[in-house]
Amino acid sequence: MTHPSVEQVWEWLGTLPDPEIPVITLIDLGIIRGVTWEGDTLVVTVTPTYSGCPATSMINMDIEALLREKGIENLELRRQLSPAWTTDWMTDEARAKLEEYGIAPPQPAGGPSRCPRCGGTHLEKLSQFGSTPCKAQWRCQDCLEPFEYFKCI
Amino acid sequence: MAEVDNTALLQFLLRTGDNTLILGHRVSEWCGHAPILEEDIALANTALDLIGQTQLWLGYAAEVQGMGKSADDLAFLRDVWDFRNVLLVELPNGDFGQTLMRQFLFDAWHSIMLPRLAKGTDERVREIAQKAVKEVSYHVERSADTVVGLGDGTEESHARMQAALDYLYPYVGELFESDEVDAAMVDAGIAPDPASLRDEYDALVGRVMEKATLTVPDGSFAHKGGRTGRMHTEHLGHLVSSMQWLQRAYPGSEW
Repeated sequence: MTHPSVEQVWEWLGTLPDPEIPVITLIDLGIIRGVTWEGDTLVVTVTPTYSGCPATSMINMDIEALLREKGIENLELRRQLSPAWTTDWMTDEARAKLEEYGIAPPQPAGGPSRCPRCGGTHLEKLSQFGSTPCKAQWRCQDCLEPFEYFKCI
Repeated sequence: MAEVDNTALLQFLLRTGDNTLILGHRVSEWCGHAPILEEDIALANTALDLIGQTQLWLGYAAEVQGMGKSADDLAFLRDVWDFRNVLLVELPNGDFGQTLMRQFLFDAWHSIMLPRLAKGTDERVREIAQKAVKEVSYHVERSADTVVGLGDGTEESHARMQAALDYLYPYVGELFESDEVDAAMVDAGIAPDPASLRDEYDALVGRVMEKATLTVPDGSFAHKGGRTGRMHTEHLGHLVSSMQWLQRAYPGSEW
């Protein structure tokens, strides 16, 4: 029997949303690092965002459920730690989608460049930690709304 | 570089993973109890990072041990005398200020140790450290800021932070103790001699305490015995009995 191609598998995986920020996909996030066939086994390599992120096990479950549904029988999910995940791997599309969703995308400067709601640039950090390990809490002093910022890592 | 023997590597990994496990558990005790929501979230996030790192450290420890155990087995099925964390991390939380002071004293060491491990000769240790150091750079930034904010705060917060520093400081010395396990790690190029990190640590802690208007106590007396397993404080047993409650009541149960 012939295997679905690697490209086909990437296409399927591209439909999987991040469980905590469903507006972006797992591929947008840059955490799926490889798809290969090793003999009859499909190996999908996934890297965690933060080492204790509770979404990691959910993500693995979503990947497995999807690929089983697509008829993949021999599947191995491999965890890859190195090189460690970085927000640099996030696609430009993902950054745009995050901002539209109300989460300021990561910036090399270490803080958001503008308020995702009003575009204001007078911003203050409320806390380096937010509702998920990957986010911080900020506030816009122009529109006074709090917002989340996806931290650089 | 010398070949490392697995007994020493296992001890090193248990020490590293038990530090993050026990501190992670302690910090998680704040969940739902912190003075304000932002701090509650920050403490829970920090605990989560530390416990995530523990899974990696103890997961590797279990492999090196080679007895078919998992990180969970090591965390939940060992008894108190088998833990190898430093005494500092098992101390009770005290008030919010004491919790953040302990966090800073640990984060400062962690943020200096991990970049060394990230450049060592053991690939697995290197990978875990490279991952962890990114998280810890956020931890130390926040705990340092909070120590400064509370130390250089009101009369009340200043007094509490000074009391916390006076109480915790004698537990700092154990982080820089060296024994034959450390010597084996140095010989194999896996980890630095802990004692060699002291100057950098003192400089960092000194800078933060000065900004916080707090006085680092004199004296070099150090409570120790945790990382060698010779003697823990009475507090660890209570922590472990709460952390391991489920596995003790329902052995082998799984989510």
